[in-house]
Amino acid sequence: MGMDQTFKNKAFKMVGTRPERPDGFDKVTGRARYGADFNMPGQLVGRILRSPHAHARIKSIDTSKAEALQGVKAVLTAADLPDLSDGDSGLFNTLENCMARTVARYDGHAVAAVAAVDTRTAKEALKLIKVDYEVLPHVTEIEDAIKDTAPVVRENAKAEAGLPHNIGSTIEFGHGDPETGFKNADVVIERTFKTEQSHQGYIEPHACVGNVNADGTAELWVCTQGAFGYRQDCASLLGLDVSKLRVTSSEIGGGFGGKTHVWAEPIALALSRKAGRPVKLVLSREEVFRGTGPTSATKIDVKIGVTKDGRITAGYADCYYTSGPYPSVWAELGATTAFSCYDLEHVKTIGYEVVVNRPKTAAYRAPSAPMAAFAIESVLDELAEKIGMDPLELRIKNAAKEGTQSSYGPVYGPIGFGETLAAAKNHPHLKAPLGKNQGRGIACGYWFNIGGQTCTDLNIGVDGTVTLTIGTVDVGGSRASMSLVAAEELGIPYEQVRTVVADTSSLGHNDMTEGSRGTFSSSLTTIFAARNAIEILRERAALMLGIPVDDIVWEGGEARAKGDSHGNLPALSLKEIAKAAPKTGGPIAGHSEITADGAGASFGTHICDVEVDPETGSTRVVRYTVIQDAGKAVHPDYVEGQFQGGAVQGIGWALNEEYIYGEDGRLQNPGFLDYRIPVCSDLPMIDTHIVEVPNPNHPYGVRGVGETPIVPPLAAVANAVSHAIGVRMTHIPMSPPRIVAALEAAKAG
Amino acid sequence: MSGIAVTTTINGDTVEFLCQAEETLLDVLRNRLGMTGAKEGCGTGDCGACSVVVDGRLVCSCLVLGAEAEGRKIETIEGIADGDTLHPLQEKFIEHAALQCGVCTPGFLVAAKDLLERNPDPTEEEIRFGLAGNLCRCTGYDKIVRAVQDAAKEMRGA
Repeated sequence: MGMDQTFKNKAFKMVGTRPERPDGFDKVTGRARYGADFNMPGQLVGRILRSPHAHARIKSIDTSKAEALQGVKAVLTAADLPDLSDGDSGLFNTLENCMARTVARYDGHAVAAVAAVDTRTAKEALKLIKVDYEVLPHVTEIEDAIKDTAPVVRENAKAEAGLPHNIGSTIEFGHGDPETGFKNADVVIERTFKTEQSHQGYIEPHACVGNVNADGTAELWVCTQGAFGYRQDCASLLGLDVSKLRVTSSEIGGGFGGKTHVWAEPIALALSRKAGRPVKLVLSREEVFRGTGPTSATKIDVKIGVTKDGRITAGYADCYYTSGPYPSVWAELGATTAFSCYDLEHVKTIGYEVVVNRPKTAAYRAPSAPMAAFAIESVLDELAEKIGMDPLELRIKNAAKEGTQSSYGPVYGPIGFGETLAAAKNHPHLKAPLGKNQGRGIACGYWFNIGGQTCTDLNIGVDGTVTLTIGTVDVGGSRASMSLVAAEELGIPYEQVRTVVADTSSLGHNDMTEGSRGTFSSSLTTIFAARNAIEILRERAALMLGIPVDDIVWEGGEARAKGDSHGNLPALSLKEIAKAAPKTGGPIAGHSEITADGAGASFGTHICDVEVDPETGSTRVVRYTVIQDAGKAVHPDYVEGQFQGGAVQGIGWALNEEYIYGEDGRLQNPGFLDYRIPVCSDLPMIDTHIVEVPNPNHPYGVRGVGETPIVPPLAAVANAVSHAIGVRMTHIPMSPPRIVAALEAAKAG
Repeated sequence: MSGIAVTTTINGDTVEFLCQAEETLLDVLRNRLGMTGAKEGCGTGDCGACSVVVDGRLVCSCLVLGAEAEGRKIETIEGIADGDTLHPLQEKFIEHAALQCGVCTPGFLVAAKDLLERNPDPTEEEIRFGLAGNLCRCTGYDKIVRAVQDAAKEMRGA
């Protein structure tokens, strides 16, 4: 009982309603505590010294003057962080990224840190640390990095045979034979697309308070997308017992993938261990830009062929993704998602992971998919134009559906892509007239969605209220969704459930809130935990009524005797059973620990209207519509919120956001003034349309929704701009100077 | 260590504190007075998460020195609700799901309250420009604008 996760087409009482979130009061009154809002008694202030060079050998670090400064309690260098990675290259790279060892590999790479009694002293101490650098040649751009003559970013890395030394790894996906497919095409378009590096741009900088005691116990308060993952990484890097490190996730002020990686947290703990006092470490915005998680810059070479009647005969893409100095999975994710929306006979993608002297690439919402979608969806748009077909019709004609073998291997189950396209076709937005200098673009996007390790407790209080303890950090209202699910399953009011996020000592392991897994996975374990609790409630009711448990059913939040044989027995409410619990066997609880599987794939279709000023190249989004399959929207307000927020992040990236490096390899715009994310006055309302094609592997049909909304916008905006100005845009962001340059180039012929 | 003695009024209460010359009003609020509702998102006046009102003027408290608070009247997010009774803007932000992570919310509420006090019946465009000094990365602003529109309507008794 309890573990059946197949979709049941039941009627909902709670799921799909829009109650107020349980943490709303705290968050509108300023009482909610985020990473920097917490203090420990006796805490010190931590600060990090960062490399001013894009690439430099660290010949020596003299910390003696800093250590001698009054009020300085610890100075930390890589010498204080022994390599415990034991051959685990991923762990070693994490260690090296947290603090440079022999080589600083990017502008902003941490090289030392201090803990002092106050901010003034800590800042003064940083100035007293003398680092002797030997500056090395650097490379920050893809085109430069993949030349045979490029500076070597990873001096010990072995290149794959025949490939430039800065290509960290390659991976290939696909089926059929694209060359055959291209021969059958009437029109083939081949183009190169570029996207610049963007940052997640969460408003809350990374912040933590760490405390390591001499007896080996430790605690960490931190804003993170996953307390358990941070515990694992910090314990491994510092040689702590996992069970002795208690990590508490604060409220999190945005993450979007950027808070799935440890950055300053191991430093705070190591400083605390050395100083013997708690250390609070809060990054500045400049440090966030220079030292943490941007996404990849990319270059994608695409070739797609179609027949005159709009059938795609083949698709091919070479996907180059930067990963900072540490090869990871970014090119792989680009290569897997590139053609995932389409049902193709011949398709091949190759991912190339390019190492450069830029910060370690981190996950950013549907990591790698938006750039690949930009390339593919742009070419499809152009192909549609060439063959005189409506761009939406071209997509409808080639859309992946149930049974389609995706370009990266798996065969899709029931998916809602076709429904999003149909909804787009019928949407009034598509028929609205356009004004002068305006253009319309459509684009589609895909994200896998994931499950993963998940653990949830459901405890019933003696007053019949329910505490649901989840381990997936609530990044955008998921406590409301989980309360709805528990209330639905138990048949009780929403207000009777309180959902809390556990620290790592209070619950079993939970993977990060990432990959659009939070609501899918934790709602599964919530359903299972509730069902287990219902089993116990039925047993207790049986005892109270003096009848066999098999004669008890749970309905509408009550235990009832089944059939006519016990017709005169009263129904027992959850409250009544809970009240009697001390005498019927003790606490009543349900638990669930699973590796969630069967996250349903997610698809979306976006429609974008822009107006471009041909003189300045300035672009305004004048109308935007997001259509996406949610499987089942548990709390539609927050599903819409994901659609809108993801779309706007994509719009910002499409039009404005980029890391700008100088010739010296230094980041020139590490602040919100020069790295400009969209503000309220830049945007129109963002219309949403939730499609619900149930995920067969979830009792309620739920699919993750968070990632996909950022996938189509780069392409949707680019297609709209290209139509508005009559020139195909192939470089993101389409900032005013790039648009003006493209117009001038077109004029010059 | 020497400090500057400051007497000021915060949310109607007289408050005294010592601060160093380089400390911002935001540092003082958060680190010396335990008022952590205002957030530091950038420290350079670009994100608005630290918005407060000083003598009736909306400012980024990261751009005001603590010492400048002397003799002023400061209003923060902590003073917006009347005891346990939320301000209509606070209620509408919750009702419209105008927050996801919520870290920008205090700044938006302070700025929106200031906006509606100056302009009780703003157009959508006036709301968008009135709140353009506050960054939100989660919502795309749609539900924030709707919450402010609805709160303005309620406050006008419309």
